[in-house]
Amino acid sequence: MLMEVKDLSLSIGKVALLDRVSFAVDRGQVLGLVGESGSGKSLTALALTGLVRRIGGRITGGSIVFDGQELSDLPEPAYRKLRGKRIAFITQNPMSALDALKTIGDQVDQVSRLHLGLSRKAARAHTVDILTRLRIPEAATVARAYPHQLSGGMKQRVVIAMALAADADLIIADEPTTALDVTVQAQIVMILSELVRKRNIGLILITHDMGVVAQICDKVCVLYAGRVAESGPVGQLFDAPRHPYSAALIGCIPREGMATGALKGIPGTVPSALNYGAECCRFASRCSRADALCHTTRPLPHAQGAAWVACHHPQGIAAQPEALDV
Amino acid sequence: MSEPILALSGLTRRFSTGGGFLRPARSMTAVRGVDLQVARGDIVGVVGESGCGKSTLARLAMRLLEPSDGTIRFEGQDVTHLGGRALKSLRKKLQMVFQDPYSSLDPRYTVRDCIEEPFRALGEPVPPGRVEDLLDQVGLPRSFAESYPHQMSGGQRQRVGIARALAYAPDFVVLDEPTASLDVSIQAQIIALLQDLHRQRDLTYLFISHDLGLVRYFCSRIVVMYLGSVVEVMEDPHAAPRHPYTRALMESSFVPDPEARATIVPLEGEIPSPFALPQGCPFAPRCPRVQDRCRSELPQPTATTIGRVSCFNPIEA
Repeated sequence: MLMEVKDLSLSIGKVALLDRVSFAVDRGQVLGLVGESGSGKSLTALALTGLVRRIGGRITGGSIVFDGQELSDLPEPAYRKLRGKRIAFITQNPMSALDALKTIGDQVDQVSRLHLGLSRKAARAHTVDILTRLRIPEAATVARAYPHQLSGGMKQRVVIAMALAADADLIIADEPTTALDVTVQAQIVMILSELVRKRNIGLILITHDMGVVAQICDKVCVLYAGRVAESGPVGQLFDAPRHPYSAALIGCIPREGMATGALKGIPGTVPSALNYGAECCRFASRCSRADALCHTTRPLPHAQGAAWVACHHPQGIAAQPEALDV
Repeated sequence: MSEPILALSGLTRRFSTGGGFLRPARSMTAVRGVDLQVARGDIVGVVGESGCGKSTLARLAMRLLEPSDGTIRFEGQDVTHLGGRALKSLRKKLQMVFQDPYSSLDPRYTVRDCIEEPFRALGEPVPPGRVEDLLDQVGLPRSFAESYPHQMSGGQRQRVGIARALAYAPDFVVLDEPTASLDVSIQAQIIALLQDLHRQRDLTYLFISHDLGLVRYFCSRIVVMYLGSVVEVMEDPHAAPRHPYTRALMESSFVPDPEARATIVPLEGEIPSPFALPQGCPFAPRCPRVQDRCRSELPQPTATTIGRVSCFNPIEA
């Protein structure tokens, strides 16, 4: 495994935000981390990149093993050598990820000069090469441009170029296409998917878009209120989701041939981290299958088909995505 | 079609910027000659990418922006240049739900103040019990009347936005991306609510969105815009599109089914700057079906079996 996260728990101050989160991603694989806002997706990304300490977070349990190395207690200087070089991070908003006062080329060059020790000249050649491979027309000219001269889709490609500049083994992308138009989103998603296959790297894709998940992910981990609800291969998740939350989430996407009124949504909202109960299923108050057990006992992950599911009443194999009543 | 509730003809809006010392003024056309008729009870979806003019169109139809050219008729009456009291009365019948429920509600107003505001704006008394009725209809507990926006989630705020739009029992509601800033689970709740209200209150919607999948599910007709122009109108939202841009949009929306993985050939290139529109068809620089003629002449709308299309080389049915 390229990266294996096991029982990761994390707190900020006294508030426990992640509770025993586990997943793994290998080379050549795309793992989708999905869930509604407030489920802990972005926090997980910060934990994996060692950035969570900067916002006052603390890993309280579990392990993060990357290529044989334990990261959960890695000191910051060692993390600095890893981050950008072997683990790259693509943030949601390309507009704020780039320095407005430096040219595109200078920003991408910086990565390979710092991590690969390339000379100024070699770094620029490397940058132009990467930009060209990301299908940026006239890459040498673009390298001399400033961020404000580029469109959103172009900027996001530049951010991806920065992630690739030091030949990272693992890319963590936090909602990389959310701020982009659909036709541009399609370009970026296809580029990412191609990179994983061609360079045999791992990709952890954080998204709330089930369409993108279905398109490029191999495995999916569904988070809900800081816990893993269901995790397994993408095919089973869409064909026969076992956790009622996964099923409801898939049922929220309009698709061709859906009857009017079939789209119901999930009643209620994600609970606030201040009101997470420890000894219950956190989805119970929104779930159509919940009973007394769900409100008093925490469901533990157990194998269901090819997936791990944390539910007392998982849905059967033949079950269709169930629309919940509001 | 019986008399349309809303008829736009040749609607155009230009904006200009700059024009200072040593800087020439530049102008762009955000909406170019849009013709559109909306029948009573219709849900018309307007889709396109950012910068295509869909929100400007919504604001023009609402008379929140003045058109540079063209006319707007509402229930047969020309309202293009209506002002003062008459315009305020028009707003009783014509209302809008805004995109961002975080900025469209006044943080210092309670939910009650917010829903009563349309009455105060017209100097009319609030019918007793109206606020509670509206909260019931949009699925919020009555106790929320005295809450402030910061105490509510995004989905709850958008319900308040909908309640405010319905305060006067309008006939026509413009929905400008009402779910764009919400989670999918909440988006689905809001769409279900809008469908219920449409049925119960006999409303007509103009629904602005960038999400073609959602529009095909929710709307009875689809209008596709690109750089200010309507490129295609589809009377049947489930029909196969004729315009290459509509098809590209459709292919760019991923289907939530891993079995249906497609090798997407994304559109090359970027949307041209609206300040420097190419000659001819605005889509020509990115179009896979482009011909010589497209680069010099602007295609006019022609009828198809499913609506109308502005293209010299449309996709065959």
